[in-house]
Amino acid sequence: MLVADHLVKEFGGLRAVEDVSFRLERGEVLGFLGPNGAGKSTTMRMLAGCLEPDSGSARIAGHDCVQDRIEAQSRLGYLPEGAPAYPAMTPRAFVAFGLQVRGFSGDALKRATELALERARLGAAASQPIGTLSKGYKRRAALAAAIAHDPAVLILDEPTDGLDPNQKDGVRALIREMAPEKAIIISTHILDEVPAVCSRAIIIAQGRLLFDGSPHALEKLTPDGSIETAFRLLTTGGCPVGDAA
Amino acid sequence: MMGSLVAVYRRELTAYFQTPLAYVFLAVFAFAAPAFAFHIGRFFDTNRADLAPLFDYLPWLLVILMPALAMRAWAEEKDRGTLEFLMSLPIPLWASTGGKFLAAWTVAAAAIVLTMPMWIAVNYLGEPDNAAIATAYVGALLLAGSYLAIGQALSATTANQVVAFVLGAGACFLLTMAGLPLVLSVLGENAPAALSEFIAGLSALEHYDALRNGVIAVADLVYFLGLILAALGAAGVMIAEQRGGGR
Repeated sequence: MLVADHLVKEFGGLRAVEDVSFRLERGEVLGFLGPNGAGKSTTMRMLAGCLEPDSGSARIAGHDCVQDRIEAQSRLGYLPEGAPAYPAMTPRAFVAFGLQVRGFSGDALKRATELALERARLGAAASQPIGTLSKGYKRRAALAAAIAHDPAVLILDEPTDGLDPNQKDGVRALIREMAPEKAIIISTHILDEVPAVCSRAIIIAQGRLLFDGSPHALEKLTPDGSIETAFRLLTTGGCPVGDAA
Repeated sequence: MMGSLVAVYRRELTAYFQTPLAYVFLAVFAFAAPAFAFHIGRFFDTNRADLAPLFDYLPWLLVILMPALAMRAWAEEKDRGTLEFLMSLPIPLWASTGGKFLAAWTVAAAAIVLTMPMWIAVNYLGEPDNAAIATAYVGALLLAGSYLAIGQALSATTANQVVAFVLGAGACFLLTMAGLPLVLSVLGENAPAALSEFIAGLSALEHYDALRNGVIAVADLVYFLGLILAALGAAGVMIAEQRGGGR
């Protein structure tokens, strides 16, 4: 469903992503972990067709994210880092815009818009300008836009950042609900989230893939069985380990 | 694919009216255009039933106001981070540049329509050549479109709207000035005649003048449409470059 094939990206001589490869199939929820500046967002941007790799390729449902960008992106829902959205628009108009671009109109547009707003639990905030909403509602508006067209692949860059514990639970429940039908990548700093929603975890640091395996395998890396310890060990030690790394 | 252009067009047009920008713009235009015509162009003193005083000064008003309308096109997207969202949508670049351009052009056209009471007034006062006035309006629209396209291209170079405006107004000013005797005389007698002619040929004013005088020539239409397409193409190329990430 989604393939990252030897992705490399440099910014001004600095390697942000160094030969990252993995595949993701339908039904998998991949937790994309790493310290700040590890190359998570850069990798996600390349997978979303927002950034072209210097070498290697990304494919969504068999479509190359550079050569066949429109086809690849039409199968993708993407929540960019920081959940950018147009402040003067209401979440309802914002979600509808993303759908109209994808060819939705009439009743189908209305149905898909309302369903996405409901799933992202926007409530009454759906009719207020995004610029007046709290960080949590703003993120949910961007999340609604990402899921509205029922894409086969979802790439969510820190979907729970800035949400309160109840809202976090809501987003996790939504991800679990969508998981069987989709291939989902979420990046997060919250390590508790990994066993809670992910069927697989990847850890990258300094642009390199250090671990690719199940959350359970990640826990087993350390004697205390803690993901946090494993994360620290891997990202400060820097040696590749795991099932498929 | 046309659907995505229409979606971008609608979003952009709504965005103009969701902020005070379009209203301020229309109000300023509605006051400034007749003010130029009445005070500087001496609309009534000419004792002629035509809109020459309006169309004489319109290019200078457009030089300032069109870049103000176009400055947000890409600079605002970059500044707010929404460019990332836009680039993740399955929209071909021609559709996003075209949609943004057409929305701005629609607001510009609405502003130009606001000068039409003057057209009605000259018909009330005398018997103007209405075909010539209509042609002059077409010229004004094409000139406005050219400035908007240039403004959009320069908006793609920066995340700062003020910088985009200054660059846009400067470029439009130069393009308008190119054909004036003032500029050509600066080139001096030393410049080859062919160069002077070439520079004069680039001038938007030169091509606008023909339309303003009621003459529709293919060369002028090709000039304006070519300029619009070239500037939008440049904007598209610069936005596509963002995907390269400084490669």
